[in-house]
Amino acid sequence: MTSLTKLTLKAALDGLADKSFSSEELTKAHVEAVAAARPLNAFVLETPEKAIEMAKASDARRAKGEAGVLDGAPLGIKDLFCTEGVRSTACSNILGNFVPTYESTVTANLWRDGAVMLGKLNLDEFAMGSSNETSAFGPVINPWRSEGSNAKLTPGGSSGGSAASVAADLCLGATATDTGGSIRQPAAFTGTVGIKPTYGRCSRWGVVAFASSLDQAGPIAKTVEDAAILLKSMSGHDAKDSTSLDIEVPDFPSFVGKSVKGLRVGIPKEYRVDGMPAEIEKLWEQGIAWLKEAGCEIVEVSLPHTKYALPAYYIVAPAEASSNLARYDGMRFGLREEGANLTETYENTRAAGFGPEVKRRILIGTYVLSAGYYDAYYLKALKVRRRIADDFDQAFEKVDALLTPTAPSAAFGLGENADDPVAMYLNDIFTVTVNLAGLPGMSIPAGVDVNGLPLGLQLIGKALDEGTLFSLGGAIEKAADFKAKPAKWW
Amino acid sequence: MAIDAATVRKVARLARIAEPEEKLEQLASELNGIMTWIEQLSEVDTDGVEPMTSAVHMPAPMREDVVTEGGDASKVLSNAPKTVDGFFVVPKVVE
Repeated sequence: MTSLTKLTLKAALDGLADKSFSSEELTKAHVEAVAAARPLNAFVLETPEKAIEMAKASDARRAKGEAGVLDGAPLGIKDLFCTEGVRSTACSNILGNFVPTYESTVTANLWRDGAVMLGKLNLDEFAMGSSNETSAFGPVINPWRSEGSNAKLTPGGSSGGSAASVAADLCLGATATDTGGSIRQPAAFTGTVGIKPTYGRCSRWGVVAFASSLDQAGPIAKTVEDAAILLKSMSGHDAKDSTSLDIEVPDFPSFVGKSVKGLRVGIPKEYRVDGMPAEIEKLWEQGIAWLKEAGCEIVEVSLPHTKYALPAYYIVAPAEASSNLARYDGMRFGLREEGANLTETYENTRAAGFGPEVKRRILIGTYVLSAGYYDAYYLKALKVRRRIADDFDQAFEKVDALLTPTAPSAAFGLGENADDPVAMYLNDIFTVTVNLAGLPGMSIPAGVDVNGLPLGLQLIGKALDEGTLFSLGGAIEKAADFKAKPAKWW
Repeated sequence: MAIDAATVRKVARLARIAEPEEKLEQLASELNGIMTWIEQLSEVDTDGVEPMTSAVHMPAPMREDVVTEGGDASKVLSNAPKTVDGFFVVPKVVE
């Protein structure tokens, strides 16, 4: 039944609809693939019994003619989403064996539509990282390898487990989250499609908080159409998240395959950064050529504050994180390390529970919010953030969407950037601007580099205009005809 | 503004993270590396620019001031490190 794992989500849903196979058969094939792929370390918790039980319930619904839009489709869930009765850790020791008594809204939406859960996926601790190496469960290994090499590569981060499991055909799609590029960079590193929707599209309720004004959920999928199907299910207003947008969710899949003729696509000149590999530059030119052939008008635009996005992000995100992570005090849930008094208990708990990168960010956040530095750092960053958002507003007066590379390199080796936090942060140079401005961004696999590793192109859209991204993404996908898959070594 | 070991000690204390004395110098150097890189923000002219505090243009929604859920102590306590008779057990707060 291994061929069932090769299907796209759309093809699997079609197969379920015309009774070519049952959800139980489909799910079993994926459960077996997950169990056989443990060397990838993509799953931190497998839930095979729950998956089969959900699949059987799905088959029963379908037999009664009550199937939902995702009915019977096995998915992976990033372990940042709280799942009722199923351990949820954010891949941090401080949450330890936390078992939520509630379900995140995004996952509840997926179950409402009939999806099946295969288990919980690995990520950087609290989604803080670009290589999955900060996970308390150890890094995910990218299913892709450089040609002729056995070296272990990162799948990117923070949604490394989501991206790796989709690339390795362990699930039909996965939930992910993106605070500075955590959906798009892993998608680019693994030859998968990932979209971070407009801020407020997906409810943040029940998603472990990192930086609340930047965090947004989205899918990682095998195709643009699959991503559209998943995002439609995940999105929607939720009164439990006050920043959730109370607007109708468009029929995203209907935008895939639409003509892009006459759309104006902007090329931001500031994204041509020094030291960018020639292959990425070439791929970008190729993407421009594809869109031209499809009838788009290409326009050079300027986003003058681009280079300040990452430094602004590394004030805003740690500031919000230091506040959000104050809740891990060892009193009501999670780890507790006793001390001589209350303060010492807090300090010991947090010292033992958080990993080095999380501590580093909490310290930066605490520093930039502390008395005397608030105006110089935090307020300054919020003003620069406005400048960055204004840049996009001005660009979008002239164009319908922007095309850029997703990441400045292909997947790199584990440990390569581990000693230099700033070098690691630069991975998000092309993706982080979108989070600061609250805009939708999507990564589409577009080619491979000289070592056979996948590279992605990023589309950035106007707020609430994911539809145009799905149309343009579909056009790039069709032109690129990206069929490469990682050779199975696990 | 360089961050020294004393600043790290103070910030770690504010953040309630125990950091051993022998690690303070190394942390100071890491944080300095990051903050020096961040300093480039001072190049941006932000005179008269409103700080952007939210990614979305919408007023904060109001809701009815009513109880929506609750009354289930066992759920609330189910992940607590220490409980007794339906209460959280915490270190002594008042001497």
